[in-house]
Amino acid sequence: MEPLGFGDIVIRILAQFLPVWISLVVLFVLSFAYKRRLGLYGKLFDSPIGMVGFALVMFWVFTGIYAGFDMIATHDPLAQLSGMKNKLPGTPLSDAPDGVLPWYLLGGDNLARDVFSRMVHGATIVIAIAPLATLFAFMVGITLGLPAGYYGGRLDTFLSFLANLILAFPVILLFYLLVTPEIVLTGLPQFMAAVLFFFPLIFFAVLIHSRYRTQPKKDWTWLTIVLVPLFLFYAAAINMRGSKIGFWPLDFFDIPPGILVVFVAVVFVNSPTVFRIVRGLTMDIKTRDYVAAAQTRGETPWYIMLWEILPNARGPLIVDFCLRIGYTTILLGTLGFFGLGLPPESPDWGSTINEGRKLLSIYLHPALPPALALLSLVLGLNLLADGLREESLRD
Amino acid sequence: MIVTAICLTFVVFFLTNLYPNLEKLAKTQGNFRMSDEAVESWLNKEGYLQPLPIKYGQWLGVLPGWTHETDAGVTGRCIAGTKPAEVAAEAPRFCGLLQGDWGMSTVFREPVSDIIATRLALTGKLMFWVMVLMVPMALLIGVLAGMREGSATDRTLSTFSILTTATPEYVSGVIFIAVFTSSTVGLKWFKGTATSAMEDANFDNFFLPVLTIALYGMGYIARMTRASMTEVMTAQYIRTARLKGVKFSNIVIKHALRNALIAPFTVILLQVPWLLNGVVIVETLFNYKGFGWTLVQAAGNNDIELLLAVSVVSVVVVLLTQLISDIGYVFLNPRIRIS
Repeated sequence: MEPLGFGDIVIRILAQFLPVWISLVVLFVLSFAYKRRLGLYGKLFDSPIGMVGFALVMFWVFTGIYAGFDMIATHDPLAQLSGMKNKLPGTPLSDAPDGVLPWYLLGGDNLARDVFSRMVHGATIVIAIAPLATLFAFMVGITLGLPAGYYGGRLDTFLSFLANLILAFPVILLFYLLVTPEIVLTGLPQFMAAVLFFFPLIFFAVLIHSRYRTQPKKDWTWLTIVLVPLFLFYAAAINMRGSKIGFWPLDFFDIPPGILVVFVAVVFVNSPTVFRIVRGLTMDIKTRDYVAAAQTRGETPWYIMLWEILPNARGPLIVDFCLRIGYTTILLGTLGFFGLGLPPESPDWGSTINEGRKLLSIYLHPALPPALALLSLVLGLNLLADGLREESLRD
Repeated sequence: MIVTAICLTFVVFFLTNLYPNLEKLAKTQGNFRMSDEAVESWLNKEGYLQPLPIKYGQWLGVLPGWTHETDAGVTGRCIAGTKPAEVAAEAPRFCGLLQGDWGMSTVFREPVSDIIATRLALTGKLMFWVMVLMVPMALLIGVLAGMREGSATDRTLSTFSILTTATPEYVSGVIFIAVFTSSTVGLKWFKGTATSAMEDANFDNFFLPVLTIALYGMGYIARMTRASMTEVMTAQYIRTARLKGVKFSNIVIKHALRNALIAPFTVILLQVPWLLNGVVIVETLFNYKGFGWTLVQAAGNNDIELLLAVSVVSVVVVLLTQLISDIGYVFLNPRIRIS
């Protein structure tokens, strides 16, 4: 079979992304139709920069999701096919099995795997880890930042000291110390996970209890509905047979230790910055009249923090959330680039860039696609944050 | 600040001295088929099995170093090799960081202080050129963008600075190497490695690593400069100057710039810890054997003494820049100095 020309490659790649294009078009048509009823999200569609950013982000989100269901990738990201080592984009397979696309659209890497499929599957890993890790970092930062800003005093001094301690660490040094197989053996990441993953539980418990404190019946129903599944997840997430924490009987899933340690490290690095932002916002909002009004009504401090201050701090927090997902993506790439945590054959973007760079002066095609993919996702998130900031400042 | 430094080094000390790390060290230093008992006795002989705070005190140099007596003679932290008792008695009692004894690197087989000194000098050279390229560029972009908010220049430059902040070093470095150095594209303007730049840095082999680090930091500083510039440009006294009929270029240079540059100054200094990250990535990518490269080698080969020294140096650098930025801010901003 003939190798594909440049135009053919572009057309076939675009065709491969067909489900993503359809989803994007549907999403944008629906959002435009109901623009005025969707609040801040709808206003996003007034700013061209925000729209471009949103489209880039959603492109990778859809790609990640569909690739998770084996839709977009043309080959198995781990399969090595004979004779495809370092082959240029568009090279036909020598003996293609039935039902498989008979070309490597973006060529093969130095272990004869399909570069295109690996890039697409890399999106799944990023989409699975980055937003969730950022969310956890926000839970930790909010749960600690609100009381630090609201009460001030010794609690604030102590927590700020801890946050500055972590911030003074160069991130890469921290990764090299935390994310090694030896550290995983000691069970330290699991203990850290046990602490860090507990914050969402505290957050929701306090959130619900401070609201329904005076209606015990409603209070208990809500607490059970939210906390029981969360706790089951929490216990199953930190629990793993044959490691330091292995007592919980209802362990219905295991996180591979490599992923867990990466996740914990990223949350750990991100939460002090979130803490500082939340603390600053709280100290600012604390002086407003509606907080004084709530205090006069005799509301509890936690009610004021979570139901008066937090909703009013949401604008800057949402913007920072977008930026921080981008930063988390960069951190994940850094980890992959240094070969820390994730298994070496994993298709995440950082590891693929690291493998590709070794032969960069001869073969460009294994390193460039994941690099450009990462660039476009982070750029999209930055533009989205910019658009959101502009729109939220407007009113 | 000293408390912070002590806490941080203690954390590093704790993490590097966890038992699996020590076991690996014993096996690389002794032999790989050591039994568990042999590992334990080796670690005991080398003083690694003492309680953590004591070990930390010895490393810091505030507690006397350990000694271990056997039939063959005395070994100890401050004694090189096995010596008879009389010689050992003459050795100094304290030997740690404070006495200037940083230990031996197990990978390079050299004193740690020598390695750190040479590598830090190389990285200093890299950082100097990064600063030379980054700071004027960033300030220029920020000032030009913030001069007239919402203009076409502003839009273009802002997009450019967003693009640079969205490109981590390992992406921009790979793209630069691919475009400018590889034989496939054929431009071959620069060299893809900076190894030769360690002795003899010139434009060919040094520009790409410098540019790669500078670009990532530049966007952030430029955005900060732009924000502070736009704020100053809406101030009352600028309007007064315009109404008086002062030329626009004069307003920017003489009136606005001084006030607009206070905020970016602190940002530039606070960028140093970030640059440290960039340095590690870029030195690995371009194979420039500086401080960041040493960090990777030390961590990858479980070289405890070297890793500790690297952490101490980087933590001190970070804390010093924070201190300088605090002092500099007060110095630059009279409003804070007086209140």
